[in-house]
Amino acid sequence: MKKRLCYLFMALLTMAALGGCAGGTEESSGDKSSTESVTDSNAVQTQNPSTEETVSEEPVYGGSVVVGIQQDIDSLDPHKATAAGTKEILFNIFEGLVKPDENGNLMNAVADGYTISEDGLVYTFTLRDNVKFHNGNTVTVEDVKYSLERVSGLLDGTPLISTMSTIQSVDIIDDKTVQVTVGSANTELIYSFTAAIIPRGSGEDAAADPIGTGPFSFVSYTPQEGIVVAKNSDYWQEGLPYLDEVKFKIVNSPDTALLDLQGGSIDIYPYLTDSQANELKDSFQILSAPSDVVQALFLNNAVEPLNDMRVRQAICYALDKDSINDFVAGGNGTLVSSAMLPTLKDYYVDLNDMYGTGANIEEAKKLLAQAGYPDGVDLEIMVPSNYEFHMQTAEVVVEHLKAAGINATINAVEWSTWLDQCYNGRQYQATICGITSDMTPGYLLNRFQTDSKKNFINFANKDYDAVYQQAFSSLDLSEKAEYYKQLQKILAEDAGTAFIQVPPITIAMDKELAGYKFYPVYVQDMSTVYYVK
Amino acid sequence: MKYFAKKIITLIMTLFVVSVAAFVAFQIIPGDVVTSILGTEATPEREVQLRAQLGLDRPPIERYVNWITDVLKGDLGVSYRYSKNMNEMMPVAELIGDKLPVTLWLAAVSLGIIIVVSIPLGVLWARSRSRVADALFSVCTQVTMAVPSFFLGILVTYLFGIILKLFAPGGYVSYKEDFAGFLGYLLFPAISIALPKVAMTARFLRNSMLTEMKSDYVRTAYSKGCTDRRVMYAHVLRNALMPVVTFLGMIIAEIVAGSIVVEQVFGLPGVGRLLISSISTRDFPVVEILILYITFVVIFVYFLVDILYRVIDPRISNR
Repeated sequence: MKKRLCYLFMALLTMAALGGCAGGTEESSGDKSSTESVTDSNAVQTQNPSTEETVSEEPVYGGSVVVGIQQDIDSLDPHKATAAGTKEILFNIFEGLVKPDENGNLMNAVADGYTISEDGLVYTFTLRDNVKFHNGNTVTVEDVKYSLERVSGLLDGTPLISTMSTIQSVDIIDDKTVQVTVGSANTELIYSFTAAIIPRGSGEDAAADPIGTGPFSFVSYTPQEGIVVAKNSDYWQEGLPYLDEVKFKIVNSPDTALLDLQGGSIDIYPYLTDSQANELKDSFQILSAPSDVVQALFLNNAVEPLNDMRVRQAICYALDKDSINDFVAGGNGTLVSSAMLPTLKDYYVDLNDMYGTGANIEEAKKLLAQAGYPDGVDLEIMVPSNYEFHMQTAEVVVEHLKAAGINATINAVEWSTWLDQCYNGRQYQATICGITSDMTPGYLLNRFQTDSKKNFINFANKDYDAVYQQAFSSLDLSEKAEYYKQLQKILAEDAGTAFIQVPPITIAMDKELAGYKFYPVYVQDMSTVYYVK
Repeated sequence: MKYFAKKIITLIMTLFVVSVAAFVAFQIIPGDVVTSILGTEATPEREVQLRAQLGLDRPPIERYVNWITDVLKGDLGVSYRYSKNMNEMMPVAELIGDKLPVTLWLAAVSLGIIIVVSIPLGVLWARSRSRVADALFSVCTQVTMAVPSFFLGILVTYLFGIILKLFAPGGYVSYKEDFAGFLGYLLFPAISIALPKVAMTARFLRNSMLTEMKSDYVRTAYSKGCTDRRVMYAHVLRNALMPVVTFLGMIIAEIVAGSIVVEQVFGLPGVGRLLISSISTRDFPVVEILILYITFVVIFVYFLVDILYRVIDPRISNR
């Protein structure tokens, strides 16, 4: 399930940057400047993928860690889990034919290689020898066929992962080779093959425990308490994992998380706020990297007064992103004016000059007057209250808008309400949330097509739709990148939405641990974490 | 007998009305359980499938009737939200059965603390003739009663957990794994619950004792030569405890039903915390049963208190 979004909180938490950030962002204990190295988006882009560990101590095998997580598991079925907070954990238990690495590239996992036909319609995967499920059985081509047919809906007519519904057939060529035929060529489809490979029939077996091929095997799950996984000693990657056991413990609130860290009942906590990080920096290692979330003040293009482009532009001018970054992200956010992550550097175009990163109150007032609102307008900003980061941002944004004569108010709602009214119902004026990316650039842009089911801002621009279609069907990567840049420009010129920043993600880790890797997607990879002696 | 029949009918009626009210509330509040489960990325087919699977494609009245028929048959249904394993959802009975011991033990430990501390304290307070002690007690009880329980919980965590290191915050161990450790961890949340109640009970007992001390039988006891001590413990305390017992009954109902806030603060996986998270995920089967459970506990404990009154003071049943 690579596609997901607007998991705000998670959003914050989400890991790092495509294009590689493993090296420079991983800093060791208590370093005061630990978060400063990633303030600049350029710094991230130029980072060397090779891991320059600052910790020179020898890794020790064994041991157990407790990782604090913020949300309960929504499903133990890797194909049905939708919450980013669940998928980050299941990453340790399940693997696809391919899986993401920490640089945002794909590496072979259950497959040891694949080819894609010229026309982009046929994918041929060769299985890796002797990959074992946690139940001891070797992965066979039947298991792969079963898993792919299950996610694509070929099994029972219900696709579980939307991008995979394009699969037309899965054919077994020999006992090492599987051929997948798809309906339309899409250069980004290969990322969907990160979908978990599970034992044949396990999706229907009523009492099945989750069984995968990942570095850790499932031990137990208790609602509201957490999930326990143990080392998979048959794991195909030599030498991994280091730890014998990992407990993912559900933490009630950011405040109790802080107490739990100080009291020693959590070893790793990946979702620190800036002030918490400062409080913990003496007793914990604080690591930081850009997240894979684009935070924005999303504007509903279909309602008054936002259906007037000039009002939306006025809002873009009125926002003082620099101060939002300082107030809410401790200066560690990466300011953006486009839906693309700067770390997808081949596709990103820097549009920060269009409306400026500071406040331009005069221009905002002028545009409002032109739109027929010389005395200002009212604006209600709906914010999901469980996302502290967005709530704080909203408070700052309201002040900025007031200065330009836009009388903004915050309507804090529950997450369920937000999903229902704002995201699905589109009954709102403006909202602050974050869109979590998957590893593909197309994912960040396809929602703004007029007819997209995910177009919750009701953006409507025919040129955009046309260019997106060209981008989608293009098989040439540099041509595709050009189209993507064009799309970002159209979106910004129309002020479809007021983009703000890519927030940082900050984790606290026990000083005796090392090897934590930030990923450009939302995962907590525990296989490389180890104790130092 | 007529009295019992009347009480039981009232109980059933109340539970029914509460269940309807909870169901209606769930229809009215915004937020849809299917979108809440599937998030933002579900395929339309999966949405339709899940809606049918949960029976949400049926009209509300039919859903309510189906639900209550199942409950009357003893089938509490399955949670919308919590998985049991890869393909099954957690039965509500199992889910709540797993969490209930946490809340009940928390209530038991709290009650133990309340009784052990508040009764001697109340007696001491009633006996002390010193105005200073009186004022001191008064201030202490006022303060503990006024502090909100979540704040008290945080203070307790900070003082005993972080400064004195008597327990590890968040270091909850399941009662299934290590019962002694479980009780040890419960001690501190229990203190947070007990503190304000101790103040109330002590105050209540003291007032009750002061009233009793003015009674005729006290003078009689003194005049037949009883010692101060004997008058106090054999006569006054005994009589003064009667209303306190019923007061404790109400406190039990309050704790069993409402340790919600303290469970949140201490990260205890009890029914209070389950209720909160189930409401926010619109997990109707779980919420409905929890609400019925809380209603039942409150009514039942008050019922017991009523009976107790009758046993203690037969005059009441004659009315």
